Amino acid sequence: MKKLVALVLTTLIFIPGALFSAPVVKDKSSIGFAARQMGVPVAGSFKRFDADVRFDPKDAGKGSASITIYMDEVDAGSDDGTIEIKRKPWFDVKGHPKAEFVSTSLKELGPGRYEVAGKMTIKGRTRGVVAPVTVKKEGGLWLFEGAFAINRLDFSIGEGPWANTGTVDDKVEVRFRFLLPATDKK
Amino acid sequence: MERHVGNDRWTWTAIFLHWVIATLIIAGFALGEYMGDLAVSPMKLKLYSYHKWLGVTVFALTIIRLAWRAFHAPPLFPAGMPSWERLAAKAAHALLYALIFMIPLAGWLGSSAHGFQTVYLGVIPIPDLLAKNKELSDILEEIHEQLNHALLLIVIAHIGAAMKHHFIDKDDILRRMMGIKGQQK
Ligand code: HEM
Repeated sequence: MKKLVALVLTTLIFIPGALFSAPVVKDKSSIGFAARQMGVPVAGSFKRFDADVRFDPKDAGKGSASITIYMDEVDAGSDDGTIEIKRKPWFDVKGHPKAEFVSTSLKELGPGRYEVAGKMTIKGRTRGVVAPVTVKKEGGLWLFEGAFAINRLDFSIGEGPWANTGTVDDKVEVRFRFLLPATDKK
Repeated sequence: MERHVGNDRWTWTAIFLHWVIATLIIAGFALGEYMGDLAVSPMKLKLYSYHKWLGVTVFALTIIRLAWRAFHAPPLFPAGMPSWERLAAKAAHALLYALIFMIPLAGWLGSSAHGFQTVYLGVIPIPDLLAKNKELSDILEEIHEQLNHALLLIVIAHIGAAMKHHFIDKDDILRRMMGIKGQQK
């Protein structure tokens, strides 16, 4: 029953946008993050995620994105860091195996420039985020690129002694790059 | 002449740099031995940073020290010092300088290869010469460690020699590195 509802819902959500809706091309898309500890930039990434993006350049307002990140496949930039970041004080990947982003609006700012707003859920905490996105055609694909900053403590990422921002900055930059097949049927 | 540098006395600058660098090296060494086995914690990240900052400081001060030395000749060895001892002292000092340079370099390169840039005092980024590379970082970190073990041995010999000069030979070698006026002549 649950599955049926899910199927119907998915169909309802995605069929109307079928023209420009698609899962992203996985091996070309990426979600990375950049943090700073003791002034040292540390770059990481999420190796596994599902992302569905709907986009119609002629009707940008109807665009949307929904992204699910599988937290167990995070790479924190070093072996030690990757082990540590999965632990309870950080992502707690056992307790919260998925992070999610669901867009609530897409606004056109200028040619090829948009602003996406949405709800980000990490570690069970949901916060609103806004990110600029540039969209362009690249090799027959749509390329969506953008970055935005979050405060890790808003999501309780780094609890206990790690909550002290003297060692690891509160601010973390998230960078995304999605490519999806341009199903041009003009 | 009060400042008869170049025959039997060190300049105050040389004395100051010797002791500051020696202190920083001993602190950096102890920190390096201690921090490695700690569980990941904010304290561990801090200690790693302090250790790197100490290394960068030692490296920079040693450049200044050698530049100073180039224009301010070290004092001569005491007249009665056997030639093999002079040779041993010179070789040990040259080796100490070489290690003081190579150890921070290996540490910095290893850190880069590990994927961690060195940011001096948390504000001055030092460029990465190497890109992230696991095998290379393992090798460089091993070199860093082994050079430190070599340094430890030579420093022990160095301190031992200083003690021998002071207590057995009863010459002014140790006194002059502390800026204390010589007793002989
Ligand atoms: C308690 C520890 C130490 C003592 C008692 C000590 C003592 C001395 C003395 C007496 C000299 C002068 C030799 C002379 O007048 O010809 C000297 C020179 C020197 N020491 Fe030390 N030292 C100590 C620690 C260190 C450490 C840790 C290092 C570096 C790793 C170091 C590096 C050097 C170097 C490179 C020289 C040669 C200076 C030159 O020729 O420019 N010393 N030390």
